[in-house]
Amino acid sequence: MTRDLVLRVLGKLLIPFVLLFAFYVQFHGDFGPGGGFQAGVITAAAVIFYAVIFGLPAARRFAPDWIVETMIGAGVLVYGGVGVLGVLLGGNYLDYFVLAHDTVHGQERGIFWVEAGVAITVSGVMLKVFYMFAGRQRSGEQA
Amino acid sequence: MTLLTMMAILTVAIVVQRNLFAVVVFGSLYSFLMATALVALDAVDVAMTEASVGAGMSTVLLLGALYLTRGDEVKPLRRPLLPLVVAIVIGAALVYGTFGLPAFSDPLAAIHVHVVPRYLVDSLRETGVPNVVTSVLASYRGYDTLGETTVVFTAGAGVIALLRRRRGPESKR
Repeated sequence: MTRDLVLRVLGKLLIPFVLLFAFYVQFHGDFGPGGGFQAGVITAAAVIFYAVIFGLPAARRFAPDWIVETMIGAGVLVYGGVGVLGVLLGGNYLDYFVLAHDTVHGQERGIFWVEAGVAITVSGVMLKVFYMFAGRQRSGEQA
Repeated sequence: MTLLTMMAILTVAIVVQRNLFAVVVFGSLYSFLMATALVALDAVDVAMTEASVGAGMSTVLLLGALYLTRGDEVKPLRRPLLPLVVAIVIGAALVYGTFGLPAFSDPLAAIHVHVVPRYLVDSLRETGVPNVVTSVLASYRGYDTLGETTVVFTAGAGVIALLRRRRGPESKR
């Protein structure tokens, strides 16, 4: 944990906006640039920013390891689940137009969930990799 | 052109510099310039990815890795002549390959006349999503994106498998 007052105040001010921007990128990706991958990375970056300023234990309290690890698998499952749902509703795997009565609505719904799956997996993996790197002791040095 | 010149200067600086912290910072700068170049090419989605992953995430991870190791590059034991020759030959082959590419932003290039017109014309009507990048990524090419997500998942699982084992004896979780 750093005692730097400026960093801490700025961090507290900025991190909510970073998270908000991640959500904007996620949900506005249909209309502007961005999508699941970028949103996932930005979400992870916000938590990493938090970890750098307030220390790893504080970030682990906010996003515990079990949640992060669950996210890694859950995103792929959401993506694959959309595909299986398409099969169950009478289409091919990853067919979206069967997901709603209107084919265009089905496409929108499918894209939404697929992007959500991408975002969940990407932010989980990025955070987990950061945790693994940051959580290690320097080799050959007593803690 | 200015961007490309700055990127070339940065590349030379990265090669010359022996302090790894400076190399990481230069690498981050390079990514930001790359993102700017992509914005100039109207590839905003890719630019966003480059800025967040290249300049942000990988810099943080490299700094984390740097903290665990020594801060200076070790002088090579031998003059690396063979790798230099290999790099030059492959570089020349790649440059030779670019002569076969269609001219930059040529509207009649093969890639632009195959499925691209269909995506551009029909995307909004078929998927209701105005951003064609999103509709291609998530709908027309949904299988590819599923594959990419699986690759990210596999990479994460691999990092967990590699790094977790080391913690076993010294800390009893």
